[in-house]
Order: sequence, then structure tokens, then C-alpha cells
Amino acid sequence: MIRLVPRSEAAPLWQIATPILAVLATMITGGILFAIMGYDPVAAIRTIFWDPLFGQASAYSRPQLLVKAAPLILIASGLAVGFRAGIWNIGAEGQYIIGGICGAAVALAAYPGEHWWLFPAMVAAGALGGWAWGMIPAMLRNWAGASEILVSLMLVYVAQKVAAWMAFGPMKNPEGFGFPGSRNLQQYPSASNPELIAGTGAHWGVVAAALAVLAIWVLMSRHIRGLHIRASGLAPRAARFAGVRPETLVAFCLGLSGSLAGMAGLFEVAGPAGQITESFGSGYGFTAIIVAFLGRLNPLGILLAGLLLALTYIGGELAQLTMQLPAATVQVFQGMLLFFLLGFDLLTRFRVERRVAA
Amino acid sequence: MNEQVVFQAEGIGKSYPGVRANDDVSFAVTRGEIHALLGENGAGKSTLVKMIYGLVRPDQGHMTLLGETHQPSDPRAARAAGVAMVFQHFSLFDALSVAENIALGMENPPARRELSARIAQVSNEYGLPLNPARRIATLSAGERQRVEIIRCLLQNPRLLIMDEPTSVLTPQEAELLFTTLRKLADQGTAILYISHKLEEIRTHCDRATILRAGRVVDSCDPRALSARELAAMMVGGEMRDIDRSGRIAGEVLLHAENISISAATAEGTALKNITFSVRSGEILGIGGVAGNGQEELLSVLSGETRSPAGSVTLEGRDLSQARPEARRMAGLLAAPEDRLGHAAVPDFSLTDNALLTASGRKSLVRNGLIDRAAARGYAEQVIRDFDVRTPGPGTAARALSGGNLQKFVIGREVLQAPRVLVVNQPTWGVDAGAAAAVRQSLLDLARAGAGVIVISQDLDELMELSDRFCALNEGRLSDPRPTESLTLDEIGLMLGGAHGMAEAQI
Repeated sequence: MIRLVPRSEAAPLWQIATPILAVLATMITGGILFAIMGYDPVAAIRTIFWDPLFGQASAYSRPQLLVKAAPLILIASGLAVGFRAGIWNIGAEGQYIIGGICGAAVALAAYPGEHWWLFPAMVAAGALGGWAWGMIPAMLRNWAGASEILVSLMLVYVAQKVAAWMAFGPMKNPEGFGFPGSRNLQQYPSASNPELIAGTGAHWGVVAAALAVLAIWVLMSRHIRGLHIRASGLAPRAARFAGVRPETLVAFCLGLSGSLAGMAGLFEVAGPAGQITESFGSGYGFTAIIVAFLGRLNPLGILLAGLLLALTYIGGELAQLTMQLPAATVQVFQGMLLFFLLGFDLLTRFRVERRVAA
Repeated sequence: MNEQVVFQAEGIGKSYPGVRANDDVSFAVTRGEIHALLGENGAGKSTLVKMIYGLVRPDQGHMTLLGETHQPSDPRAARAAGVAMVFQHFSLFDALSVAENIALGMENPPARRELSARIAQVSNEYGLPLNPARRIATLSAGERQRVEIIRCLLQNPRLLIMDEPTSVLTPQEAELLFTTLRKLADQGTAILYISHKLEEIRTHCDRATILRAGRVVDSCDPRALSARELAAMMVGGEMRDIDRSGRIAGEVLLHAENISISAATAEGTALKNITFSVRSGEILGIGGVAGNGQEELLSVLSGETRSPAGSVTLEGRDLSQARPEARRMAGLLAAPEDRLGHAAVPDFSLTDNALLTASGRKSLVRNGLIDRAAARGYAEQVIRDFDVRTPGPGTAARALSGGNLQKFVIGREVLQAPRVLVVNQPTWGVDAGAAAAVRQSLLDLARAGAGVIVISQDLDELMELSDRFCALNEGRLSDPRPTESLTLDEIGLMLGGAHGMAEAQI
């Protein structure tokens, strides 16, 4: 009989080993799945995890890594702060969309004037928009005791409707031949978020993600507020005794993760996406939850996890093109990854013991 | 080898990361003996009995039970070999009856009717009155313990381990327990009795094995020694006398004026018209059974709960609306009862826990950024000055024994030189050595001119420490009276309601 025995202390080795184990298990299970579907499993796994970086088309796909990883890392580092405190913002996707819309609104309002301050103003507007969208669940929790999990999640769908409304209504490109969607900001120099170094995919969002990782690291391990955040997640009464106001913390965490998600949305709309469309939200806000947990809510871990999940995006697209794998492959992979991670997480808290039944 | 020996341990050793819990421990328990295992918290008593009961496996050494090798892989194996254990904390289901609870703990429970008959038989035989049909929820702590004991006795154990059994009992219940234990011993059961209460060991135990820092320091006949001598062996060195000298009550530091707070939760207690003041150099003792507003009172003073304007003043300054950190900066500090989860974050290192309350007063944070070196230094200072036994400031709070963590929590506040310090149950679940250290630090604090409020259930402690005494009872505070002139009867009257209610509840 196999039994799970609680560990007296979390095993540090497993803390690092479980994400790696989860990735391996995902690859193996994914391979089995592909084999059942009639694809060559080895080729499929290689196409997803290897070819984007080192394959024939890597010159195209490699820069995409940073393009996709930047929003994931930016959003996940904000989410991780709240998750550490036991404040669950599940609606980063909505904050991302609203941030993108607010940033784009500033650009569209200034169009076609060229100003040096325009892009910084857009970044600020994006952050503010995401912050405001995050403050709705924060206020509802503080004033009415509503679950921030539900409210933030529901607001994702509201944000998607707002994006559709914008694309068809107020933000519709007057020169767009009747097609829905705003003007393309990539063609508006003052407002665009270009590739900074050719061939790397690095745009301002990449810079912001790197700064966010650094800032969150300082906050969580060097700042007294980070200590209070960690205390709140581990022992809420002790945090209150130390002087933490739970209400302030809820507002801080949802506001912070909201504004980082909003910034991510702005960098996306001004760069890779170019415009506000009905389908502007592309799931980064949800995938970032996986990134945050895969990275163990640790800034450095989030950096690595963000790159890995970006790889599954790109590899999945590549596998779609070259091997005709279904488009849902990526989502299946990401889902499996989180599933295995949470499963293997058991090993950090429990020991597996084998013993003969008495 | 003596054939009377029931259990023998030889050279038992057990290490945990950073601590040697047991080192070369050897002792023997003979038939019909009540054998005390005496030691401070953290001395290794719990680890030792966990090994005997199969919860933990020793790294070194050898155990024998009735002449055979005793190497239980789990408690079930230990029970099968004839070892039974009554834990300090009960594992009973409130909603079930006595008989049902006992059946749940048995390997092959007999039919309910037969079981009830056996329970009745055992409870009569050993003087443990208990009705098998009663629900656990309606039982007092002493009666619940009887359920656990009967559960053990039904297995006909050869070795019965009792882990601090009297800590939850009233004096009368404790006497009853010892009568039972003596009866059991007379019938040949060996009893291993774990405690740090010196008096009961002196009066009731036949032999005592004394553990200190994981090693056996002595084995003696406790009846032949004084409590003082036993304590000295336990803590290693002479017990310090409590020094009450040099205290002169000065001006009023803290004043609470007519505090009334409704209960925050259904289990909470409302505070009603609480008025008192504490002077410089004075210790105010607040007695009463826990659950009568003790936690709520501490919260109102620490700032976790706010009270109407003007109801809490420190040196004339109104702090009733101030947040905890602002109160600390003003000089009003507190140490709550619950060490793990309230006073300290269990998973935090001692350094991080020091930061929780000392960051402002000790300037451990500059512009919001933590001064790691200073924080570590302060944690080390607390560890050094309060003799906290731990590998270092990086150790997690949960890894410390109760007494050591309590010394750290109290030390963390005392070394911040508070104007007024409020402590709730400062020595609850703490061994004699640590308790004496904590009490002395409170007396020293008062002598240096601070005001101290001690909220405690331990009357002896309050009599020893406080200059004035009052009782908190269903959220009401009696008028403080000078301790010196109080008689036991008067104290009983002050506490009267509280005790009466405690009896009715449990």
C-alpha cells in the first residue's frame, strides 16, 4: 500500500524539482496523447519544445519568444504578489483588456499628432485602466465582502464585451473600410511600441517585464510591505497584529496586479496586436496564472516559467503549421502543465511511503 | 536483567535537522511503577515517547518491551505490542457518544452492547465514572480524558504513556486521575508519566528520569528530593529566585476608560464597561478563565480592535483610534496568547518574526527597505538575552518548542523598552525554567519604570507578579485590589463567576 505522510517541513529540493517534473510529465503525457491521435510523438514534442528555438524556422520564431513571454511575465509577477497574500485575482485578462483599451484611447484621441509624451502617457493610461478594473473587485470585497475570485473573473467577460463594443463602435477605424477594429497603432509612430533591437522581439513590454521582475523581487524580499504580504498569506492574525490592514492589502494587491496587467495590455495593443479588436484578449491573463504558480510565485521562477509557456504558444503554432496538430494543443499542454504541477506539489508537503498493509 | 523490567531503552538517539532531540538516552520502567519523565519543553521528552509509540523511529539505540525487541513501525504496531498512550490533546469526535468514540479507536471493536458493558466494567474497576451513552460534547476536560484512558485500558496495555495529563484538569480531577493510575500500577501496569509539574511528580511518582537537552541527566526517587532540587536538575543549575524588589508605582501610564465592544464573532466575548489604569513601575494582574474576554481585551490594547475615542490613553495621549504600529511607536506593546499564528508567523524565520513588531521601534527598516543585518542582529539579541534555544535566527518559528518561542515573543517586546507591555497567558504551556525567565523579565521591566499588564489563568503566577489584581469575567473587569492584602477567599469571590461558568461549560 502506498501512503502519503505529511512532512514536518516543506522539502526545499522538491520546491525546485516539482516544476521540472511537471514539465517532463506534460511532455510524456502529451506524447502519448499525440501517439493515440496518430501523430509521431517524438516529432511533435520536438516541434513544440525544440524547433522554435533551434529548428529551421527559428529565425522567425525565436524573437516571438520574448514577444509572448513579456506580457506573461509582467502579469504573473503582479499576480504572484496577491497570491502570496491569499488574494486571488483571477481576472488579469480583463484588466489586460481594459488597460489596452485605455492606452489605445489616449493614442486615438491624440491622432494624428506626433508628441514625445504620447507613448509614456499611453503606458500610464494603460496602467491606470488596469488598476481601476482591479479596484472593482477590491472595493466590492472590502465594502461588501464579495469574493474577489468571482468578481474579478466575471469582469473578464464584461471587459471582453467592452472590447467588442469599442471595436465596432467608438474606436472603429474611420478609414477601415467598415471593418471592425481601431486604427493600427503600429502605423502611428508616436504611439507605436516597436521592436527595439531588430531580430530580438524585444519591445518596451520586455523592458517593463524585466523591470517588474526586479521590482517585485525587491518588494517581496527586501521591503517591509513584502514581509507583511507574506505574513498575511501565512498567518492573517499575526499580520493584523503586526499592523497590516487587510483592506489596504486587498486594494494594494489587486491594484498592483491590475496595473501591471493593464500595462501588458497597452504594450500589446501598441505593438504586436496593433489595434483593439473584438478578440483583443488572447488569454495571456489566464495563462499568467499558470506562469505564476509554475514559477512558485517567485520572480526569478516566473521569468523562467514565462519563457517556457511562451515556448508552448510558439511551438504549438508551429506544430499546427507543420504537422497539422489541432489548435487546442497549446491549451491542452498548458492545462496539463498546471495539473501536473499542482499534483506534484503534493510531494513538497507529503512524503510517499510504501508499506505492507497490516 | 531484572524480570520486573517492562520497558527498557538503551542508547536511544534521534536527530532532526539542526537539533539533537535525543542523545544516548537509556532508562528502564519496571512493573507496577509510575515513572516520571521530567524535563523542560524541548528537552526531548516528546520525541522519546513518540519513538516508543511508533510515531518516530530512532536513529540509534535499542528498545525492549517485556524482554523482546521493541521496534514499532507505527502506533498500531506499538499498541499491538502492549503500549498505550494518552495524548495531551484529545482526539475525540464531539458529536459521537463515548462508546462510539472508543469503538472508532479500536482495531476490532466488539458489538456495541458488549463494548458498553466492558466500558462500564473498566470504569467501575478503576474509579473512572463515565456513562458510555453520553455525547463527548457534553463532557468536561477531565471526563474526556477518562474516555481516552478507558480506550487505552481496553487494550490491556503493559506500558501506559501519559503526556502531561494534568495540564487540562482541575485539582480535584487530577487527584482522581492519580488514584486511578496508582490502582493500575498496583495491578502491574508500568506507567510512563510525562510532566514538568514538579509537585505532582514528587507526590505521585516512584521514579523520575530527568532529561535535559536530549540527554538523561539523572534518575532519582523524586519523593526524596525537593521541588527545588528537581527543578535545578531539569534546568541545569540553581533556579533563580523571583526578585520582586525595587518597584515603586509612579504616575499613571495607561488608562482605559469605559471600554465596551460588542463581540466580533459568535464565539467572541463582548467587553463591558472596562475601566482601569496602570502606573509606571506597576504590574496589574488580570485573572479569570480564558474565553471571558481576555483576547478581546488584548486586541483593544494592541490596536487590532479600535475603541471609542478617548477610551485608551497612554501618558495622556489618546490611542484608541491608533493602528497597532502607531501604538508601538507611542510605547504601548503587546504579546498575544497564541504564539503560533498570532504573536508569530509559524513559517517565518525568527528574523522575519522580529521584524513583524520591532521594525519601527528598533529602526530595522529604512525608507521601507528592510535592514537585514540590523533585523538579524535584533533577533540574535533576543535569542541571546532571553536564552532562546535554537540553532539561530534563520530557524522557522514553528521549529521552536513552546517555551522557547514564548521566550522569543516576550523578549522581542521587552527589548523594545515599552512604556506599557500587555501580555496574555505569558507562560501558558511553558516549562518551569522558561516560565521563571519570562516572569523575571516582566518584573525587571516594571522595575525599570514600565507598566505591565499580565492577563493569565495561572493564579500563582498573578500572585507572584502583580501589585494589583482584578478578574475578567464574562467581559467585565472587577475593581483592581492590591495583591498583598488579598486573601484566597477574596480572590475566589472575584473569580467566582468565571469559575462557576467554567464548571457549567465543561
